[in-house]
Amino acid sequence: MSGFELSGIVVEGDGRRRLDGVALEIGDSGITVLAGASGSGKSTLLRLLNRLDVPDEGTVSWQGTPLDDVDVLLHRREVGMVFQTPAVAPGTVLDNLRIGAIDLDEETGADLCNLMSLDADLLTREASTLSGGEKQRVCLARTIATGPELILADEPTSSLDPEATEVIETLAKRFTSPESPMQLGWIWVSHDSGQIERLADRVIRLDAGRVVEES
Amino acid sequence: MNELADIALADIGLDGLAISGILIAVALVLSVVRRLGLEKDLLVAAARALVQLLIVGFALRIVVDGDDPLIFTWIWVVLMVVVAAWTVRRRAPEVPNVIPLALLSFAAAAAVTLGVLFGLRVFEPTGRAIVPIAGMMVGNSMTATVVVSRRLVAEVRDYRDLIEARLALGLSSHDAFAPHLREALRTGLVPQIETTKTVGLIALPGAMTGLILAGVEPIEAVRVQVAVMYLVLGSVSTTAAVMALGLTRRLFTKDHRLVLVEKAASQP
Repeated sequence: MSGFELSGIVVEGDGRRRLDGVALEIGDSGITVLAGASGSGKSTLLRLLNRLDVPDEGTVSWQGTPLDDVDVLLHRREVGMVFQTPAVAPGTVLDNLRIGAIDLDEETGADLCNLMSLDADLLTREASTLSGGEKQRVCLARTIATGPELILADEPTSSLDPEATEVIETLAKRFTSPESPMQLGWIWVSHDSGQIERLADRVIRLDAGRVVEES
Repeated sequence: MNELADIALADIGLDGLAISGILIAVALVLSVVRRLGLEKDLLVAAARALVQLLIVGFALRIVVDGDDPLIFTWIWVVLMVVVAAWTVRRRAPEVPNVIPLALLSFAAAAAVTLGVLFGLRVFEPTGRAIVPIAGMMVGNSMTATVVVSRRLVAEVRDYRDLIEARLALGLSSHDAFAPHLREALRTGLVPQIETTKTVGLIALPGAMTGLILAGVEPIEAVRVQVAVMYLVLGSVSTTAAVMALGLTRRLFTKDHRLVLVEKAASQP
């Protein structure tokens, strides 16, 4: 199958099962939203997909190959990840864009800024001086600079104001649309029902570490 | 030189020792007048220093005696290293499994610095030379080891998001952690470099002071001191590097995942 396949996933932690026997297939196109209350296991599941964590039991496969058998550094370039809190590195925006793409030139950097609805003049700005929404778009841009097929987004707008949230959502939908040359897939963690309605092509709902609904 | 020898204080006698105790009284007066509550600590510290050094002095008579084989000297050095490793664990309790790494760091520093100084005959490999030089090597390395290891763990705790963001971009654990490793190494090494830069301008260093007090010609004392300072720089650099690289391996898995510091502490 294309995308992720999870079978019998168990993750233990903090004296409980954070994921308890999860079995799922998630395609590599469109926007799949992982929904659920805080502590339901959404972020834990997402981290497994980027191999930032490994399950205590079960197998995660990407494009039919178990992650145990893939080159993890290559996998993380195919499946990028943006986090809840935008963590920018010291240095300029361009320095940040080059973290995962060392040879990225200024012209490509400017193109990425335009793609993210950011002013290209920001390339030479210290990334730490940007607003929260701008930082998150820089984080998204540096992920896209590595050429991923799919992006894992761990509540990327939860720390942003409504205006910045709308910009990120618009970008996500634009990159996923059939007209976009990127044709990016998204697996997006959210507990915001409005956002789920606005974004989701498919919703997987978790509760207490189990999948309770797919729609 | 004769004049210097005449005023040398190598043997100050018991009366001299007792008179120097007046200086403790100065500190006690300050503590009482300013209500610092440090009187007991001062007395304990002064008494401990006297007793510990007397014991060490008697033990050193055996160790540095030229007629005895160097085996006692090396036992002494090994003991210093072991005690230093335990001290590192006490001062850096949050660092996972720090004792083996500290031992490895000190062993590496000993091999490099003592190898150069004694292997190349800068000093004659006698107990009288090995023990104090190894002591200075271990003492300074211990401080650097504590600083570097604590800083590395703090970097992981403070910048976990950024480190994982770099990993998620496909960077290896080595590359993702490199800026933090650099920062920790700088924190450990810069104070020693600064001390080396200002040596003699603010205060005379210990080895040189001791030699001059013992009646050695100042220029000769300077030569020894400079060799000691280079020894300290070399040993601090070696221990800091070994500790930093060893600890970094503990903080990441082979498949480039950052482990929780608490989990790293429970791993063998």
